[in-house]
Amino acid sequence: MDLRIENLTHRYGGMAVLSDIDLTIPEGRIVCIVGPSGCGKSTLLRMIGGLERADEGTVLQQGTPPAGCLNPLTYVFQDFALLPWRNVAGNIALVLEDHGLPRNDQHRIIADVLARTSLTDFARALPRQLSGGMKQRVAIARALAVNPAVMLLDEPLSALDAQTRELLMDDLVQLWTRQPFTAVYVTHNLAEAVRLGHRIVVLSRRPGKIREIVEIDMPLQDRHAGDDTLDAHQAHLWQLMRQEAEAADKELANA
Amino acid sequence: MRETVNESPVPFRGGGFRPIPVRGAGLGLFVLLILLIEWGTRAGWISKLTLPRPSDVAATLAQLYKTGLLWEHMVPSLTRLAVGSALGITAGIGIGVLIGLFSLIRAGLIPLVAALFPIPKIALLPLFVIWFGIDEGSKYALIAFGTFTPTVVSTYGAVDNVDRTLIRMGQSFGLKWWSIVRKIVLPGALPGILSGLRISLSIGIILLVAAEMLGAQHGIGAYILEAGSLYDLERLFAGVVILSALGVLTSTLIGLAEKRLLVWRN
Repeated sequence: MDLRIENLTHRYGGMAVLSDIDLTIPEGRIVCIVGPSGCGKSTLLRMIGGLERADEGTVLQQGTPPAGCLNPLTYVFQDFALLPWRNVAGNIALVLEDHGLPRNDQHRIIADVLARTSLTDFARALPRQLSGGMKQRVAIARALAVNPAVMLLDEPLSALDAQTRELLMDDLVQLWTRQPFTAVYVTHNLAEAVRLGHRIVVLSRRPGKIREIVEIDMPLQDRHAGDDTLDAHQAHLWQLMRQEAEAADKELANA
Repeated sequence: MRETVNESPVPFRGGGFRPIPVRGAGLGLFVLLILLIEWGTRAGWISKLTLPRPSDVAATLAQLYKTGLLWEHMVPSLTRLAVGSALGITAGIGIGVLIGLFSLIRAGLIPLVAALFPIPKIALLPLFVIWFGIDEGSKYALIAFGTFTPTVVSTYGAVDNVDRTLIRMGQSFGLKWWSIVRKIVLPGALPGILSGLRISLSIGIILLVAAEMLGAQHGIGAYILEAGSLYDLERLFAGVVILSALGVLTSTLIGLAEKRLLVWRN
């Protein structure tokens, strides 16, 4: 299933935050959205998944979601959004319970996604017992459990420290290599964007407009930290963003 | 050549401002106070008219227990407290959740609750007697009404404080409305609801005594009233000790419930 975003424009109380966004998210690819803080990238993601209504423009689903898909547009949140009163398996069960699946199917799905995210041993742990990286793994497992057509990741690694971020990036690459998924990945971290993005959309500062779209052809599993091509892409992206970021920074200081 | 330098350890200036559990301090203070009063009444610098001797109060309590009068007063009181507060708390949690969930109900009921809250419920007892009868009905109603308002206020506050990102998560996974309420809103509000119950139940005990003072043969309130009108300080204080114990008991029960139900908290 592809997603098409057409002429999306949005204002908060008269102030434009997004202006004329036109974008296609092709099936089986990861589209990264980068931009300076306050450019509306998280707002855009909420609109793509139907959590917020845009003033103008539409988001269209093209084609049908894969068989067995329980929730076509599925989020992974920056702050994990795990229920603290449910253990790891329970948090995943939460998103399956409303679909009337037989108990066996639920158990099978939970066991499968826990295995894919190497969480099998932690099924009975409560969120408070887990590190940030493990919590986000649980959130990713929960997203995989509903077999989404498109994963919507909102700064998924931004609450984690640098080492954990590296580990989780590797995990995401592995997951994608084994079974390609479609994703929109919002981040302000350019290193994450060049490691994970097949297509990187650079937004300008407020009101967010598409400044440039960068395609990176290198297969995900070949991308490593310190690779020259990736560094060149990252430098190019930074050059694009630098002015915007500077201006955005001053804007906030003046406000 | 090495110069001699003034050396001194960096003084520690952190610490404090963080309560740490001190075992036995509460009990210790309690015992100390009682011993002080005992000493005062025995030595004579506390007159018999001011305070009864703690050992006499203890003897009165033992007497109450031996004669079986204790249960004759406790059973009706506990029944009234249990029935009245169960009614008030159930209604309070129900209405509080509705206020938390529906804007229209919130807009309508919050001013009403704010108007009802400060009314001294004891003042309405004559009215309750007419509405619900002179027997148990009016006592249940008084306790129910008194526990209802604080429960409503703490419940809708607790629902308001449920982490919105968890609710957005539920919506983003397409959970049904009822699932979101049952699996996200209610468990998330539980800590606030339970801590509100501490206040509600204490108010329930206060109203229990008030209701029993105004027309009951048996019950701790009636016992205290009788002792008071005879200026029998030993019995008065025996009744007060029972009430305190009741307060400690309910608070302990809620503490246990919190321990059981809120293991997921840090």
